[in-house]
Amino acid sequence: MSERAAAPAGTGERSAADVAIAVEGLSKRFGANLVVDDLTMTVRRGQIYGFLGPNGSGKTTTIRMLCGLLTPDAGRGTCLGMDILTQGREIRAHVGYMTQRFSLYQDLSVKENLEFVARLYGVPKPEAAAQAALERLGLKGRGRQLAGELSGGWKQRLALGACILPGPDLLLLDEPTAGVDPQARREFWAQIHALAAEGLTVLVSTHYMDEAERCHEIAYIAYGRLLAQGTVANVIAASGLHTYTVDVKGEGPREASQRITDLSQKLSAALGVDMVAPFGTSLHISGRDAAALEAAIAPFRGEPHLVWRKDEPTLEDVFIDLMRGKDARR
Amino acid sequence: MTARTGVAGFLGRVTAMIVKEYIQLTRDRVTFATMIMIPLLQLVLFGYAINTTPRHLPTAVFSHENSDVSRAILAALRNTAFFSFVREAQSVEEAEHLVRAGEVLFFVEIPAGFERSLRRGDRPQILVAADATDPVGTGNALAALSGVVASALVRERFVGAIAEEAQGREATSQDAFEIVQHRRYNPAGTSQLNIVPGLLGTILTMTMLIFTALSVTREIERGTMESLLAMPIHPVEIMLGKIVPYVMVGILQAVLILGAGIILFAVPVEGSVAVLSAATLLFITANLSIGYTFSTLAQNQLQAVQMSFMFFLPSILLSGFMFPFSGMPQWAQWIGEGLPLTHYLRMVRGILLKGSGLSDLVRDGAALFGLMLLAMGIAVARFRQTLD
Repeated sequence: MSERAAAPAGTGERSAADVAIAVEGLSKRFGANLVVDDLTMTVRRGQIYGFLGPNGSGKTTTIRMLCGLLTPDAGRGTCLGMDILTQGREIRAHVGYMTQRFSLYQDLSVKENLEFVARLYGVPKPEAAAQAALERLGLKGRGRQLAGELSGGWKQRLALGACILPGPDLLLLDEPTAGVDPQARREFWAQIHALAAEGLTVLVSTHYMDEAERCHEIAYIAYGRLLAQGTVANVIAASGLHTYTVDVKGEGPREASQRITDLSQKLSAALGVDMVAPFGTSLHISGRDAAALEAAIAPFRGEPHLVWRKDEPTLEDVFIDLMRGKDARR
Repeated sequence: MTARTGVAGFLGRVTAMIVKEYIQLTRDRVTFATMIMIPLLQLVLFGYAINTTPRHLPTAVFSHENSDVSRAILAALRNTAFFSFVREAQSVEEAEHLVRAGEVLFFVEIPAGFERSLRRGDRPQILVAADATDPVGTGNALAALSGVVASALVRERFVGAIAEEAQGREATSQDAFEIVQHRRYNPAGTSQLNIVPGLLGTILTMTMLIFTALSVTREIERGTMESLLAMPIHPVEIMLGKIVPYVMVGILQAVLILGAGIILFAVPVEGSVAVLSAATLLFITANLSIGYTFSTLAQNQLQAVQMSFMFFLPSILLSGFMFPFSGMPQWAQWIGEGLPLTHYLRMVRGILLKGSGLSDLVRDGAALFGLMLLAMGIAVARFRQTLD
């Protein structure tokens, strides 16, 4: 799970065979809204590439441009070595795209949906292929059930199954695990890793930090701009954030909460503290300037019931900080 | 993995769409039931309830003479079953009053010296005044009128050669000309004979338009279009895949309507069944293409339905289904020529009632084909292959 690609994206020349997605200066505008702004990124073949960012940050728009569903206003790029501007149809034949909203036919049964996809992609013996996919997905007993009657987790499983049935080279998954329970999510990710091991490239957008950490590389996008990319460790290191964690010990839950809230309010206002986030009976305090952060927490270090320790910022700390920084610059 | 190319790939993708659409169609029980119910319901309603040739219309008579001829004329009128002589007026004023008061729909005035003028060949006039506020109601009775009178006079041998001469003259005048046509193909003036072929076209127009008009917008509204577009399928393939299953539905409807028309209303099939099938198939496909075009133009299902009705309304009014085509002003006829129903009505009435063959139908068939190609062309050009 934690095996991460060593080389950060965007450095050095790679052979075309090694690159699944390479786009440069991609922009898309809806009316006056610049939804994707000068986006440049590279995804290597066989990689699981996480696409993170707040709602409305342009993740879906970028994915749609990659598979030719939207035409970029500016920029160029290739997907599986084919031009995203002119070879949309060829790209689609080799890409499995799982939409954010369930987009298979609700009034068709599970098996009929799979057969439809198989026929459309010209898979030989569509019935047999659909049956095989059912078994692979663990949906064997549900072949005759209408897709619309499946629960969220099963729908997601079916959608992924339909995507991989024609044997694509690249999977584009747009928030595939939204609203799915942890068990189903874990199984889903196990499958994604199995597919990557077979050589499939996977670009997956998500809001979940734990899922980001399951990716080989991640990109963080906000307001249409790519703010950070690389392995999780790289992104955290590049953030320049320093973090302390303080735990409240030896008090009842009510007093502990009171103490956390008080401390949080005082520290938020302090110079050198960029971010304060409570986690149960502990508090995450982060700042970009190590010395200023030390100075800010110094007055509280002697208080009773508080246990201080130097910590690593989490990915969430980094992303929230990135977004705030971006806000301030806007 | 490579997408198959060439004809095999094309057929494979179209088949995928057809199978999918067919399953969805059969799964939507309510829609399927309406497809069967609409034709039957409309046929029965139009066929039985709506009678554009009402009979036994109340009529007043004001006869200046009581001769053999006048009695023969009145008897002939009564025999048409259109007229029922309920009043005998003593003056024109009284007759006029009866019409104004709504007590009668017609009054017939036979002038003094009618028989003598007739024998002299002077073409004397019989006045038949009709309450034309409902032209449909009285129109057929009026149309049947002079022919009935003429033949009654011939039959009664009041006028030998003169009557024949008089008929010849009538045939050259405009009114007479139309009557002659009417009498030939529908001697009894039964409105069902005209309405059943008309209904066949109208019902097919309505159902076919609506069903395909919803097809693309439904995919967009349900969010399935995004997936479909992300797959390697061409707009032409999507269109054909969506049209073909409904062709089957159209054929089913046509068989239902014609079957019911033959059984319930004894509609004749004078022409060839093969020609009728070919014309109907063409008409069904043309309407499905137009509905599909609306589907690509509309933003949502409601708009698609509204567009269909915008098209359906002139189809009913200007095609010759409701009102005689030749009676419409020039501009309305031009619009009518642009509607598939106009051409189909001419063809289907020709085949069923007049026994028209292929050579009689070439013009309308070609027009229908042209309209279908035009609609398909617009649909494919308008179909958005991206979500832009």
